[in-house]
Amino acid sequence: MLKSLVNSRFKLISKLYMWLIFFFLYAPLVVLIVFSFNESKSRNVWTGFSLKWYTKLFADKEILRALFNTIIVAVVASFLATVIGTIACFGILKMRRWAKRSVMNVNNLPIVNPEIVTGVSLMLLFVFAYKNFGIFRPGIVTLIFAHTTFCLPYVVLSVLPKLRQISPYLYEAAQDLGCTPARAFFKVILPDIFPGIVTGFIMAFTLSLDDFVISYFTSGATQTLPIAIYSMTRKIVSPEINALSTILFAVVLLLLIAINLRQIKDEGKNRN
Amino acid sequence: MKKKSRLVLAAVILFLAAASAFLAYVTIHKSSHNPVVTINVYNWGEYISDGTDGSLNVNEEFTRRTGIHVNYSTFSSNEALFAKLQNGGTKYDVIIPSDYMISKMIALGMLQKLNFDAIPNFSYIDDSFRGLEYDPTNEYSVPYTWGTVGIFYNKKLVLEPEDKITWDILWDPKYAGKILMFDNPRDAFAISQFRLGSPLNSKNKEDWLLAAKELKSQQPLVQAYVMDQIFDKMANNEAALAPYYNGDAALLTQKNKDIGFVIPKEGTNRFVDAMCIPKNSEHFDEALAYINFMCDPAVATENIKHIGYSSPETAVKNRLDPEVASSKICYPDDSTLKNTQVFTYLPDDINSLIDSLWINIKTGEQKDPFGLVAVLIGFIVVYLAVLFIKKRKPNP
Repeated sequence: MLKSLVNSRFKLISKLYMWLIFFFLYAPLVVLIVFSFNESKSRNVWTGFSLKWYTKLFADKEILRALFNTIIVAVVASFLATVIGTIACFGILKMRRWAKRSVMNVNNLPIVNPEIVTGVSLMLLFVFAYKNFGIFRPGIVTLIFAHTTFCLPYVVLSVLPKLRQISPYLYEAAQDLGCTPARAFFKVILPDIFPGIVTGFIMAFTLSLDDFVISYFTSGATQTLPIAIYSMTRKIVSPEINALSTILFAVVLLLLIAINLRQIKDEGKNRN
Repeated sequence: MKKKSRLVLAAVILFLAAASAFLAYVTIHKSSHNPVVTINVYNWGEYISDGTDGSLNVNEEFTRRTGIHVNYSTFSSNEALFAKLQNGGTKYDVIIPSDYMISKMIALGMLQKLNFDAIPNFSYIDDSFRGLEYDPTNEYSVPYTWGTVGIFYNKKLVLEPEDKITWDILWDPKYAGKILMFDNPRDAFAISQFRLGSPLNSKNKEDWLLAAKELKSQQPLVQAYVMDQIFDKMANNEAALAPYYNGDAALLTQKNKDIGFVIPKEGTNRFVDAMCIPKNSEHFDEALAYINFMCDPAVATENIKHIGYSSPETAVKNRLDPEVASSKICYPDDSTLKNTQVFTYLPDDINSLIDSLWINIKTGEQKDPFGLVAVLIGFIVVYLAVLFIKKRKPNP
């Protein structure tokens, strides 16, 4: 009797604890979304439902331009990082043990390195190159270079394990069966490591999308979304930003739901 | 299956990204083609009429009239602007810093002398905005907007009539816990200095120490040192008194009808944001054309209507709503203006003194360390309780 009482009480506490954690995780998002539909500019007084911040958002060219820059940089940089990182993985795999270790350490360095150090050093490099050789004028190009740089390690980290898993003989076997080296690569190796590549790409994309510190130092006169939002903080941040964040959040949420549904469907098929 | 779904995710992300990039591109470039010259303009965030709310999109109008394109970007503080310029690499053509930053940049040789022959619209700028202390010979800058600092007060909570409100009220123990203060040293010190009657740009350390002492004595009465949180705190009657910029009066009084604004008699700070051209600008003539365009009374009127700060041009003031133009909040009368001072740049040793004094003033801020300790202890107790109950649970 007593034991079950304690047990149920414990269960209650742990449930409460779980909900508390969910609350802390999602309460800010809920507030953000709710106030994107607020009629006034206030951040804590609800004055009525309206969609005016959404219409304003699509009329605001500064924010749209920043969004456009952000997406261009994210797509190009994560694509470059994925290609370069995947190629690097093949090289790393074929290295001797000590070389592999040291290269992996160098690869991991930017991950543990504080962002501000990466940002400042990249800026110094770009300014130095621009002043002395006239290349790398700070702008969208340097921004892409910087983002490729800091996304690269994550791609390597997600592709390398996949590459390790596949048997080295597969590639030889494919050639024995008449594939050219290129064909063997595209038909045998690439499909096998593809999940790793895609994971790396998605990771690079999200990292690039919300980066502020490094962009701040390397962007020149180009403005990405996080920088544009930051510069609004002298006055009240406009609820347009709430609206934009809500849209971004909704898109990500829909994607996640779609993927999960698909997975459930696929699992169902497998069981039959 | 996992592979497939990830692939789908990546494809969808790529597609969405491409689609939105394309959409954004189309909306931006719909009206613009054949770029000839692009000037880089660097301004405060949300400090230009940008076409929202049916206002005039000033930058687009400029492109339409002159064919010169504008790459517009924004900063959040004078210091951020300074750092960006100082690092080199980025070549801006028009920047809009505030008074003291302009005097600092002039002193460091970072600004170009303007060619006023190319800015005929400078003639619209009122005399009281020419040759101000930060640019005494008026060779480097053209005023963009200006404003003053005053006290916002809640008429229901503050008993004094408007003409009795002076800077002293921020030191009145009656309003302990109901007072908000600036969270930036220059503005906070200015209040203390006007109260003491000492000069705003004093190079004498004693003046600053004295002002700091007063601020320290005010600290126990202050509810919080904030910047834009005052909008919410004042609107919700959480605070009774808050010094802030007059340009935000419209926003505040619209939120809460009980809020009034007063410029104390002792005098106050007048700040001016002005357009300048940095030394390394590559498009000097186009930059001058931009400055001239911004001074055009018709354009400036549209711009000012959107921003809400005051214009340095009488021609603009006359075109505004009579209600705004005659309001003493946006356009104080000459006798009030005479009593104002502008910031100029201070020597480095004074600046570092201010910074250390300011930290000292604010670190008295931890009013409630016990609350934090109580919460921490609470967490530990809960944790121990969970551990304890877990131990009592029979092992299977």
